[in-house]
This record gives sequence, structure tokens and C-alpha cells, in this order.
Amino acid sequence: MTAKSLFEKVWQDHVVVPETDDTPAVLYIDLHLIHEVTTPQAFNVLRERGIRVRRPDLTLATMDHSTPTVPVTSLKDLDVVAEGSAARQIRQMIENCREFGIELHGFDRDTRGIVHVIGPELGATQPGKTIVCGDSHSSTHGAFGALAFGIGSTEVGHVLATQCLLQRRPRTLAVNINGQLAAGVTAKDIILALIAKIGVDGGTGHVIEYRGSTVAALDMEQRMTICNMSIEAGARAGMMAPDETTVEYLRGRPMAPQGADWDAAVKRWLALPSDPGASFDREVSLDASALEPMITFGTNPGMAIPVTAAIPERYSGPSFRKAMEYMQVEAGKPMLGKPVDLVFIGSCTNSRITDLRQVASVLRGRKVADNVKMLIVPGSQAIKQQAESEGLDEVFRAAGADWRESGCSMCLGMNGDTVPAGQLCVSTSNRNFEGRQGIGARTVLASPLTAAAAAVSGSIADPRTLETRQ
Amino acid sequence: MEKFTTLDAIAAPLLRINVDTDAIIPSREMKRVSKLGLSEGLFAGWRYTAPGSREENPDFILNQPPFRDAKILLSGQNFGCGSSREHAVWALAEWGIRCIIAPSFGAIFQGNCVRNGILPVVFDETLVDSLASQVRADPANNLIKVDLVRRIVTAPDGQEHGFEISDGDREMLLEGLDAIALTLRHKQEIQAFRDADRGRRPWVYLD
Ligand code: SF4
Repeated sequence: MTAKSLFEKVWQDHVVVPETDDTPAVLYIDLHLIHEVTTPQAFNVLRERGIRVRRPDLTLATMDHSTPTVPVTSLKDLDVVAEGSAARQIRQMIENCREFGIELHGFDRDTRGIVHVIGPELGATQPGKTIVCGDSHSSTHGAFGALAFGIGSTEVGHVLATQCLLQRRPRTLAVNINGQLAAGVTAKDIILALIAKIGVDGGTGHVIEYRGSTVAALDMEQRMTICNMSIEAGARAGMMAPDETTVEYLRGRPMAPQGADWDAAVKRWLALPSDPGASFDREVSLDASALEPMITFGTNPGMAIPVTAAIPERYSGPSFRKAMEYMQVEAGKPMLGKPVDLVFIGSCTNSRITDLRQVASVLRGRKVADNVKMLIVPGSQAIKQQAESEGLDEVFRAAGADWRESGCSMCLGMNGDTVPAGQLCVSTSNRNFEGRQGIGARTVLASPLTAAAAAVSGSIADPRTLETRQ
Repeated sequence: MEKFTTLDAIAAPLLRINVDTDAIIPSREMKRVSKLGLSEGLFAGWRYTAPGSREENPDFILNQPPFRDAKILLSGQNFGCGSSREHAVWALAEWGIRCIIAPSFGAIFQGNCVRNGILPVVFDETLVDSLASQVRADPANNLIKVDLVRRIVTAPDGQEHGFEISDGDREMLLEGLDAIALTLRHKQEIQAFRDADRGRRPWVYLD
């Protein structure tokens, strides 16, 4: 038997009709995650044709993208706190789920949260599954050894109608990450360093498999942070081999298999990692022991440097100059010490409990600087509860930060949480595109530790210079 | 879906690299539950003078007279990267764009184009630059011809350039086909797959 990669195994397990030169493969989808922004038009397609949702049981629905992060307990509240058009989108979602028989993790549920946070949290995300969502950060779920990727709304309609997708088989890229991380360096720094190295289109057309000793040593939350940003390297998906860490994370979760099914599932999951000698279309390596905390300085995630470094002069061309002008930064100068207006902790990249604990370790006994506003938005209602049971919310409030309900919030600025024009925001999210967090917003991407360090310092700071407090 | 066979149209050069879908349509312009009206938010951050206003920025190419009627967009590498939002393609389509020529595309965006009657053409940077300078010399008259049947783009100077597109995508565009109908032709295979898979992985099925 030829050695197969993790990707090849999952792909082959789901081919309903193989691809030919003329036609893409028909690929079976195990889990379809849906949210309010990219689905209304898809449900309309079903209505127009009079078809039902093929597998409501394999469809998981939540509200996150345009939902308010101030408390909403009834639909009446919604009209008070949300803009009219956002409220309409949310109501439409409730209506669509009701009409098509899909369980919605809505305002009345403490399981609500960002779609890529609740999938794993509920145990719906599992190794070997094919998972799709009308959101490009679906790659997050690849941390479990699932093949997970983002799709457009027409494809959302396609999956709702058929539980399948038409797909061309992507190429594979192995990213070998070895070495021990230094103190203060986290998964976010790994992925920013990788994108800086291979470029924002370095993974185009490929599914990445992250491997090596560094990856094996990470917990599931850190693994998700890395897979989450695969799309920022242009990749179709990112995957990691399931192992004992994966199994332990899933054990006992509400939607994880139980009893005899659990044993059979675990056996199958642990056979998924790439066989020794499996080949990849491309390979790159990263020495994790040499990494430092990373920050971005430009308007795409590949424009990232170690926090202590100067902005390189090697960039040229009009696009680069535009980015530098927009960000009001200069080549040859460091980002360190640049005054900050806002700090946002949140998004499907870094809003999980371990992220919040790291933020608390910096904020404990310190104050958010006078010139800074800090917003902390947990990834899900469950994380919110967990953080509150650990007293993290008090640490945040005592430091002067704003502690919110879960949602995408300032990651994409669709729910009213936006960065005012011209302001500099250090954000733990995943995109620093022009205007992403608000018109004229200047976004600097960083890890939770680096973002928290900026909040208490009032300017971009090296988290390694601040003692953390547990 | 509108069929695509040939096109003979004004092309607008927007030669930036990594034009992301947040730039094509910012999230604040997406709070609609239908596809109609999205073109108003197309390139909103660049097209209008001030945040939230609808006053046009005369420097932006699509606001300039001949390019207002452009049906072809010329752009830099990695066009349409970032967010999966199909709203970006709906906005372009409603505005009138039928073909985008660039050195590379974001993968999800490229798929979304084909599903909405927009033809993505991949040409290397040198060729895109050359097309752009020919167009700029006389935008209203130096049209670009696109022939999907022959897979050929004809530059204003008369030179023909072949492009690649998979047969499946080409057929979908030529016929205005719809992927759901295509897939439902395999109804029996899907049912058979599911029955067999249920035996292999019963825990995946929750009903
Ligand atoms: S947190 Fe941001 S990146 Fe993640 S799903 Fe929400 S909008 Fe998308």
C-alpha cells in the first residue's frame, strides 16, 4: 500500500463520485456550520426550488457575525441595541432555522458563540470529518484532523440541498515546525511568522498539514489558532494529525460519540495521521525556537515582523507604499513604542479560555493605559461563563477593560463594534485589511500576550518585558 | 444564471495586488438578506469620498467616465483573497463586471465567480500590465474581447492570448448551469454512499 497523507485519507473517505478531467469530485460533507450573514440568500435558493434541507441533523446553526455583544435576552432588546439591517439578518436566521427544521444556538442558548469556537466546544468538530461553513476561517476545525474549508453562499445552498459539494482536489503543502517555543511566544506568533515567510498567497491551491514537534506539543486551542489563519496564507485548509491531545479534548463533549461508538471512533481517528513516507506537493520548514512575538505593520497578515524589529526596507512598489501610508508607519522604523488607541481581544483566532487566561496574566494588578480603550469579547457564551467562574472578568474590569457577550464583534466590525477612523487598534483577530475593523481603522495583529502588553503600556510593547501573574 | 459566451467590452485597470473581499465590499455594506442593491457598496471604501457617504471620489477608476461602463476588470495577483463573502461577487455582477483578468485569485472568490456568471481569467503579470497600458491609451475604444468558447482573449492590439479554464467551469458558464441540478443527478450515488458510511461511522449521523 502506498503511504497516504492525512488529507488524502480524509478526502478519499468522502468521495461520492470521483473527479475526472471534466468534472470535479462530488464530496460528502459531514458537518455544515451556518451563521446569519452568509445564509439568507442560500435559504432563498431552497425556497425558490421548493427543496428541503437534506440533513438538518448535520447542520449546526448559530449567530455571531452581526450580533450585538451587549446582552440580548429577547428579540425586543435586539431592536434597541442592533442596527435595523443587522436585526433583520438575525430575525431572518431565526425564521430560516425554524422553517427548515435546523437547531439554532440562538440568544436563548448558553451554547451560542462564534461558529468556529462552538463547533469544537460542543464536540461536533471531530477528526476525519469534512466540515464546511460560509466563512473562510472554517480552516480552524482542521486542528482536529478534519478537512474543513470556507465556501460561498451559493455553495451553502448546495450543501443544504445535497449534503455534498463539487470540489477539485487541492494540492498538499507540509509545513514542518520544530523546536521549543521561547517564553512569551505563542501559536499566533508561529502562524504570523509563517505567513510572513511564505506570503499571503504562499498556500494558494493547497491544503496545509502542520507537523513537527512544536505542533505536537501544543494544546488544542493553540492548534486552532494556527489552523484558523491558514486562509491568510491563501490555503484552502489547514490540518493537523489527531493524537491523544485531540482525543482528550473531545472526551465527554456533548456532541462527541459515546460508549461503543466512542471507542470505535477513537480507533479510526488515531489511524488518520499521515503514514511515514507520505508525499506532499511542497514542503516548508520553520524553526520555532528562533521565533519572537510577532506583530503586523501593514494591511495584510503577511506584513509581519518580530515585535522588536524595524519595518524592513526591502518592500517596494505602489501597493506597499499605499499600505505604509494607510498605516502611518515608515520603513526602517520599529513598531515598538507606537501609541495605541484600542486593544481588541477576541475573534475565532484568539478568544478561547487559554487566550483569556494569558490576557489576565498581564492585566492582573495593572491598569489599561489612559490613552487606550480595551475590549475583551469571549468566543462563546460557554467561555464567558468559564472565565467568570475563574474570576477573569474581575481582573479585566479592575484593569479598566470592557468585558462583553460573545460574537465576532470588532473582528469585522459588523455589529456596531468598530474602530474609529485613523485609530490604531492592536487586535488578536486575523485580518488587518484596510477598513476591516471600521472605515479608516488601522489594525495591528498580535497574540493575546502582545495585545495585553500594548494595553497596559499604552503603546506597542514586547510582552517578554512584563512579568506575568497567574 | 446569466450565460457567458463572448464579451467585447471596456476594461478598467485596477492594478493593485491582494485586493481582498473586504475591499470589494466592506462588511457594513452587507447587511442585506437578498442579493439586490449590493453594488451600491462595491469598493465603498475607495469609491466614495468619506466614510458612509455616497459622494463619489473622482480619483477612483470606476467613477471615471469610460470605465463606468467597464465589464472587465484588470487587477494584480491574489485578487479576491480573504473573506468567503459571496457578496463581493454579487456586488461586482450587479455593477456589470463579467470578467476579471489577474495573475491569480483567492480560491473561494474564484469559485464564487464561476457560480455567478463571472469569468476569472489568469494571465501573468506582464500580460496584464500590457493589456492595462493598451486600454489606458484609449479606454473607450481599446476594448478587450473575451471568447469563452475558444478560450481566447483578444487584446486591443489584435493579439490573441489563450487562457485555461476547466471544462466543468467552462460548461457551467457557457450554459448558465446550476451546480445543485448537476449534483442531484448523482442522487443515487449519494444515497448509497450515505448508507455505507453510516455503517463505517455511525457516530457522524445524529438522526
Ligand atoms: S471572528 Fe472574525 S474571522 Fe472569525 S468567524 Fe467571526 S468575523 Fe470571521
